[in-house]
Amino acid sequence: MIANQIGYYSLILGLIFSILILPISLNNLKNIKVINKEIFFLSFFQFFFVFVSFLGLISLFIYSDFSNEIVFNNSHTTKPIFYKISGAWGNHEGSLLLWLLVLTLFIFLFLLNSRNQPIKYRILTLIFQQIIIIGFFLFILTTSSPFNYLYPTPKEGLGLNPILQDPALAIHPPILYLGYVGSSIIFSAALAATTQDYVSKIWAKHIKFWILVSWIFLTIGILVGSIWAYYELGWGGFWFWDPVENVSLMPWLCLTALLHSVLVLEKKSSLTSWIVILSIATFILSLSGTFLVRSGILNSVHTFANDPARGVFILVFLFVLIFLSLIIFFFFQKENKQEEIKFFWLSNEAFILINNWFMMYFLSVVLIGTIYPIFLEVISNDKISIGPPFYNKLIIPVLIPFLILMSFSQNLNWFKSKLNKVKIKFILLLIISIFISFTIFKKIGSNSLYNSILISAAFYLFFTSIKDFFNRNKSYSQSISHFGFSLLILSILLNGILSTEITTNLKVGEKFIYKKGSIEFQSIKTYEKKNFKSIVGFFKIEDVKKNYIELKPELRIYNQPSTITSEADIRTTFYSDKFLVMNKVKGDEYFNIRYQIKPFMIWIWISTFLLAFGGGLSLIRRLNEK
Amino acid sequence: MYGKKVKLRILFLFLLFSFIILFLYLFLKSFEENVVYFLSPSEIKTLPEISKKKIRVGGMVKDESINIKTDRINFIITDFKNEINVSFSGSVPNLFSEGKGVVAEGYLKDRNYLKAVKILAKHDENYMPPEVKESLGEK
Repeated sequence: MIANQIGYYSLILGLIFSILILPISLNNLKNIKVINKEIFFLSFFQFFFVFVSFLGLISLFIYSDFSNEIVFNNSHTTKPIFYKISGAWGNHEGSLLLWLLVLTLFIFLFLLNSRNQPIKYRILTLIFQQIIIIGFFLFILTTSSPFNYLYPTPKEGLGLNPILQDPALAIHPPILYLGYVGSSIIFSAALAATTQDYVSKIWAKHIKFWILVSWIFLTIGILVGSIWAYYELGWGGFWFWDPVENVSLMPWLCLTALLHSVLVLEKKSSLTSWIVILSIATFILSLSGTFLVRSGILNSVHTFANDPARGVFILVFLFVLIFLSLIIFFFFQKENKQEEIKFFWLSNEAFILINNWFMMYFLSVVLIGTIYPIFLEVISNDKISIGPPFYNKLIIPVLIPFLILMSFSQNLNWFKSKLNKVKIKFILLLIISIFISFTIFKKIGSNSLYNSILISAAFYLFFTSIKDFFNRNKSYSQSISHFGFSLLILSILLNGILSTEITTNLKVGEKFIYKKGSIEFQSIKTYEKKNFKSIVGFFKIEDVKKNYIELKPELRIYNQPSTITSEADIRTTFYSDKFLVMNKVKGDEYFNIRYQIKPFMIWIWISTFLLAFGGGLSLIRRLNEK
Repeated sequence: MYGKKVKLRILFLFLLFSFIILFLYLFLKSFEENVVYFLSPSEIKTLPEISKKKIRVGGMVKDESINIKTDRINFIITDFKNEINVSFSGSVPNLFSEGKGVVAEGYLKDRNYLKAVKILAKHDENYMPPEVKESLGEK
């Protein structure tokens, strides 16, 4: 009860503080010798009160105070304490409060972290950021307050959707939001820098920190979500090209392009307009992602029941921000005078531009695939969905030139490289990659030329990035990330080509025999757990050579809300994952069984982690330089 | 004639233009092949002809209609006005059960029978496909 009021009123106090920041910082703009001390205090208190409000919400969840509406809707007394806490952001209202918390934290950190930047630029960034923050405050307070009362107080809550009761999904939203919100700092900073005509080498060096931070969190956030989908949804896939997944991929692609092109700005002070556009686009994509997921517009398998009325607010907010940023961009963006126009085609910057072109291509494929169905529904009332083949067909062929060009780029210099640097070693590596790829294809008896060229290209990048790692002139972080990327593509491709799957319906005691082995359903056992009943199936899976493994997939029958989830049993090795999931369809004695062998699955996770780890190394180096 | 720079620009524009055309062509072709229309059982009843393309049917699984064999599952999707028989072999999601919302993707054999290749259910046990909500509302 008391926590509810503390939460609500500290949210209002936070709003008051953030509105107060505006006039003070505008005043400060006129007299720009120093930043007004009050600004630091105010933005600290703004963060502090949102933090208190967030703590209030968490304590409501911990003490299962069902007089609060969202606790009632999303919690239950029998839920383990860990999921009570994570339940705080497992819903719309709480997750927006988390957005706001990170927003206020980041702007405070930005103020502390930008001491050596021009004062006017810092204050303008703060002002733009405050516009976003106030927008979020109003959004939360008017349409989705996490502190609504329920009277009379219910005895018991409705419980959290069981598929969200999972460690990976407890940390997935906060990490992803750190990435999304990081892009808001980039957005405000880019707008501020544009008005000050400050998009320059020094600015690039400074903003790269924030680009790296949000890129790392976004990468890890997507990774965690994908791991969760893999073991929890029971489909055995890790990416479905579902709209909800796509909206997290789009800012990632944009941010990756930005991460590369900002290097060109840092070295050559060119591409200024392009970088400002990318910064704006990244944040707009992040925000529209939140809008699309939360408004219920998307026809997605990840859809949770939600309220379309909220969508209107975010939509208006989105338009205001787009309008504001376009005005600033067109009125203030000046011709770049320092630009060194000459671009030599065989140079790092030329290849970074090519990388950006590819990123924009991937982005437009994903964007069209995601929003075209929405447009069509509005225009013609036809409901369509665009399946994975659409993306595969348009993205995978383009990967071939992308990978090859990326391999070339590893050994280039800034400004100008000489052709004779392309040494015999690289041709040798190319031959080796082609050879390995064709050997693999011969062994598995597939003769798809297209796939083998693709795998050759991925292997080529794999080898060149290993070689690059031992090249002392280059940074480790870049080669680790590029190596991670090549490994990622390689494992995704091999995983896609070599995966096998068996589905069948079995009764206890039955045995299913197929070409390469058998699946025996030996027995089931039931256990009573704290908030669910668990049914564990015991399976023996034998291959032709009589090697067998035993897998124990589980069905969980939750009573609050009454839902069944299936927990796959996965045997992971470095070579492959063996994935078994069972499902009860009805009162019948039949169980729906799905057995999959997924080669190199673990390498998909490891390589994505390496990708982010490379970014992390670069960040650490940057912090030490300071 | 023209200088080297101009020629280079023309070449560049030409390449850019042809790439755009190529991609547009690929886009449209890929679209045509991979767009899946979403229909309700009532809409299927009024289809002028049965196409061979993949479609999605959304609705609720009719009570007492699930029938399981070793190699397949049969059930009926209803929007409370019309219904359609579905047969499916493969794995079903957790939230697939009688009286709940479901989306089946597959090929129409006739106006009463869909051979499904994929079954999707929503993550949320209270979720109902919008078209079912609409038709319930109209009722």
